[in-house]
Parts: sequence; structure tokens; C-alpha cells
Amino acid sequence: MAIRQICTVVEMTQLDAVTWWMVLEAGKLVEQHGLRGGQFLHIKCGDGQLLRRPISVAITQWDDPEDLATLIFEVRGEGTRWLSQRKVGDKLDVLGPLGNGFYVPEIEEDYAEVEERHYLLVGGGIGVPPLIMYGWSLPWPRTAVLGFRTKEKAFPNLVNRFEEACEKTYLCTDDGSLGRHGFVDGQVREILAKDNSFTDILACGPKPMLKSVAAAAAQFGIPCQVSMEERMACGVGACLCCAIQMKDGTIKHVCKDGPVFNAEEVDWDA
Amino acid sequence: MREKQFFPPDPTIGQAGNGCAPEKVFPALEKPDISHIDQSVELAGVTLKNPVVAASGTFGFGREYGQFFDLSELGAICCKGLTLYPREGNPPPRIAETPMGMLNSVGLQNPGVDAFIADELPFLRRNDVKVIANISGNTPEEYGVMCEKLSAAGVDMIEVNISCPNVKAGGLAYGTRPELAAEVTTLAKSHAAVPVMVKLSPNVTDITEIARAVADAGADALSLINTLRGMRIDVNTRRPILKMNTGGLSGPAVLPVAVRMVWEVSNAVDLPILGMGGVSKAGDAAQLMLAGASAVAVGTALFADPYAPLKVRDGLAEIAVKQGLSAVRELTGGVRPW
Repeated sequence: MAIRQICTVVEMTQLDAVTWWMVLEAGKLVEQHGLRGGQFLHIKCGDGQLLRRPISVAITQWDDPEDLATLIFEVRGEGTRWLSQRKVGDKLDVLGPLGNGFYVPEIEEDYAEVEERHYLLVGGGIGVPPLIMYGWSLPWPRTAVLGFRTKEKAFPNLVNRFEEACEKTYLCTDDGSLGRHGFVDGQVREILAKDNSFTDILACGPKPMLKSVAAAAAQFGIPCQVSMEERMACGVGACLCCAIQMKDGTIKHVCKDGPVFNAEEVDWDA
Repeated sequence: MREKQFFPPDPTIGQAGNGCAPEKVFPALEKPDISHIDQSVELAGVTLKNPVVAASGTFGFGREYGQFFDLSELGAICCKGLTLYPREGNPPPRIAETPMGMLNSVGLQNPGVDAFIADELPFLRRNDVKVIANISGNTPEEYGVMCEKLSAAGVDMIEVNISCPNVKAGGLAYGTRPELAAEVTTLAKSHAAVPVMVKLSPNVTDITEIARAVADAGADALSLINTLRGMRIDVNTRRPILKMNTGGLSGPAVLPVAVRMVWEVSNAVDLPILGMGGVSKAGDAAQLMLAGASAVAVGTALFADPYAPLKVRDGLAEIAVKQGLSAVRELTGGVRPW
């Protein structure tokens, strides 16, 4: 259940011209409300912006006196610019936890089933951070494929977290300045062609990337979850604005039904 | 270049050592006691415990914002617009933010009137709050059928939407032509066993013309304003942000239009008015009430602050205290035009 929480900025690090690493003291959102990576917080960005901005949660941890939530976001417009100008000690008006993260069966539920799973994490650009926690917590061995525009965008303190936590971490850049030259779906196809033990793909990134990863997953018959974005107003499922079209002709809402969906249910041609 | 000016230090300032204020604690401004203010209002014979209503289309069927506060705190809930059959609504993107406002083109996505009665109304009924069903039809007959079903199901009032700007069939046409608006009103009234409130479109040259037609056709109340048609274009792609190209504008930007139209309509017809359009704080709601509204709906403001309706409610009572009133409803129609 979502609540409103006044959060204090406790860390604010600029990663590049447009990217920020922000840590919030978030009350007991993690311990009591189960906030986890892949969900989002709906943040009021000053009085100049009417609507809140949904920001994905990268890392959460129990802490005293307050839990911590890490957000890694890019300045895309006025709202996120305001957010990027916050200083340590500033307060934010936040709604959360909102949305559903990636579905991963709990170990308590079915230990055997969880043990047999082999996860492939696929992140693109600013879609990489929401996967961090999954890189740590999924059953071993786990593999990550991370795509960035250039090597400058592959922030070491982001990439390191995957390299430390995953058995293998493949890097791709659009311009070839780091790792494999090209988009992540090429790497994903290569991995799936070589190793047929993967049981799940979790993907987060821009829509064209998700579409191509979904196509690769379908080709190899592997279930794929994708985290989607859409312009959003209320964030809680009331206004029905953040619609995406599903293959069966129905509409689902990113804020309440998502942001994570089964790739095969999404109408990628809409 | 201006010369730097140096002032002699003021011995009373900065004694706490931080250079700005002496160590002195100022008491927080006390909230006035509102317990003696009568907040109840009457709308078409239905008594609301306070004048604040959740606006249709912004509140779903109450479940989402019920996470944040007890729905019984509100005067009434206008439910998401219903149609006779389920509707998937418009393709995305359905929303664009604008200066102090937003455009939407949701397109009446809803589960249909039967699913509402079966799945949503029982939940709403568990709260001590008046339930207003909002309906849109493709034909006047559909309005009649929905009025019968909803009356039988036990809603407190029906808000007849003759003005949704986001649907092709029907929709706006009923709200912009007096004779069609009257026809729909007559049909709704003849099939409804509960009060019928007609929601007017601001997308007309003279809103009083429609208001009179609807009043003559027997409406019990009017609600206004629906959203104003607007458009936003992405300069780089040269595409409208909304997939439907245009949408309905709401939010603080539309408040003055709403106040003006409520004032015009309240002067033209003798029906209670549910005023709405851009209300985000008590002063906004008070303007609508002074212009002639008996109650006010809060909509888009919810998206910025889920508690906005409750702040508006308490703030209205505080305004009543300051103005020496004993009831919030005394604000209604109290404007003193020049």
C-alpha cells in the first residue's frame, strides 16, 4: 500500500552532465512497505510543476533511523532538472511504493524452483539502475547484459555493481567505445544461442530496446519481463493516463499493473 | 557597478551566532478552530457532509486514493465516467503536461455500468460518503438505460456527462447543442429515480444557453466545467503529444474560466451548481462558491497532492471562521460584482 512520505536527501552525486545518483532517507518505506528495486517513487518536483515525476528505485536498504532508497535519474525536463538541483538535507514529498517490480519467486515459496532458475538481466542506459538489486539477489549464477550509448555513459560505480554480483557481465555500446559494438539484443541472441540454460530474462530500458529483447526472448522461447515507461499523472491507478496496449486488445496501466509486464503480452507494434 | 554597502551591526540580530536570527522560538501560526462551523451543503436535495467532491475521472472508483485517506472524509465521490458497455479508451499517449495544467485524452476507459454495479459500488457503499455515478451514452436511449440500472443499484445521484471532449461518437455534440442537451436530460430524468445533475462543457460560445435548455428539461443540478479542449505539439518531432492530437485541459490554468462560467450560469438558472475546474486550494473553492456553486469538486489537484480535497475542505471552514460565518454554505453566491 502506498503512502505519502517526506524524504530527506542524504546523498547527491552527479555522474555526468545529466545523470544523478540520489539517496533518500525514506522513513520505513522499505521495512514496512516493502519498497524494492524496479518499483517507483512519485516525487513532487517543486511548485512550478503540476504533476509528480515517477522515478525508478535502484537500491533499497533497511536502515536506522530511516530506510534508504537510491534513485539514479537523468534530467529530461523541468521536473527532473528541479530534482537534480536538490541538496543534501532538502526534503522531498514522495508517494510510494508504487508499481510492481520484477516478479521473482520468493525462496521461502519454493526453494527448488528458485534454485533451478537461471536469470539474464538486460539493461539499457538509464534502465540499468532498476536492475541493480536483482543483480545481487537472484539465484546464482546470473548474467547481465548492459548497454550504453558511449563508454562515458557506462558509469563505473554502476557497472561495477553488476561485475561484482553477476557471474558474467557483458557490456555493449552504441558507438563501440566500450565492450561490444551494437545494441544489447545482438549480445542477448549470442548468449542465448550458446547457452540454453536460461529460464528468465528481466529487461529495463528504452522501448525500442525492450521490443528487440522481447523478440530475441520469443525466438528462444524464454519468458521475458520488461519494465515499461509511459507519461503518467496520478501514479496510483486512478486517472488511467499511463496506458499501454496489450496484444489481446486490452489496455493496462504502467503505474498500477506495471511498470513490469510479461513481454509476450505487450503489443509492441502499437 | 554598485558600491558595497556596510551597515553597522544590529546588536539584536545574530546573537545565536548564525548571523541571522536571535535564539527565539516563534509559535507556529495557530489554525483557527473550525469545530463549530457547519460544513454540510445541499445539492439537488442530497445532503453532503461537506462541500468537497472528488471529480469524475480523477478518482477512479475510490480504491486508489482510499489508500491515503478515509473516503468518508469527503462530501461525495463522482465516479469515473461510465458507459453502457466496457470501453478500452484511447491509444496512448493520453496525457501531456502544460503550464499549470494537463491535457488528457483517456477516452472514457471504463468497465461498463454493470461491472461498476457488481464490483465497485459495494466497495464505495462501505464508506459513509455520497456516491455520484457519472454516465456517458452514445445515444439518448443509452443514458436512459444507465439511469435505470444505477437508480436501482442505489447511487445517490447521477451526473450526466454530455460533454466529454475525448470521444468521437456523441460526446461533445450533446453538450454543445441546446436541443440535444435537453433531449438527453429529459430522457435521463424520466428513467432516473435519483437526482440528475448535468455536466456542462465549457467548449461553447454561451454556456448559459445550454444551461437554460438543460434546466428547462428538468435537471436537478448542474456541474461545470468539464475540460477545455487543448493541444500541445512536440516541436522536434512536430507531432502532437497526445495520440488523439487534442485533449481536455484541466488544472489550475482553467480556474478563472470555471469561476466565470459558474458565475454566468448561476445568474442564468435557478439550479444548484457543483463547481469545478482547477481547484487546488481552499481559496479556489471559495471563489467557485462565491460565484454561485453549492459544492466544489477537486480533480487534477489530487495528482499533485492526494490530500488536496481534505485541505480544501478544512480551508473552506477556516475561511468561514475568518469571515464570521456559521456555515460554509453561506459562501454560495456571495460574490459582490462591481
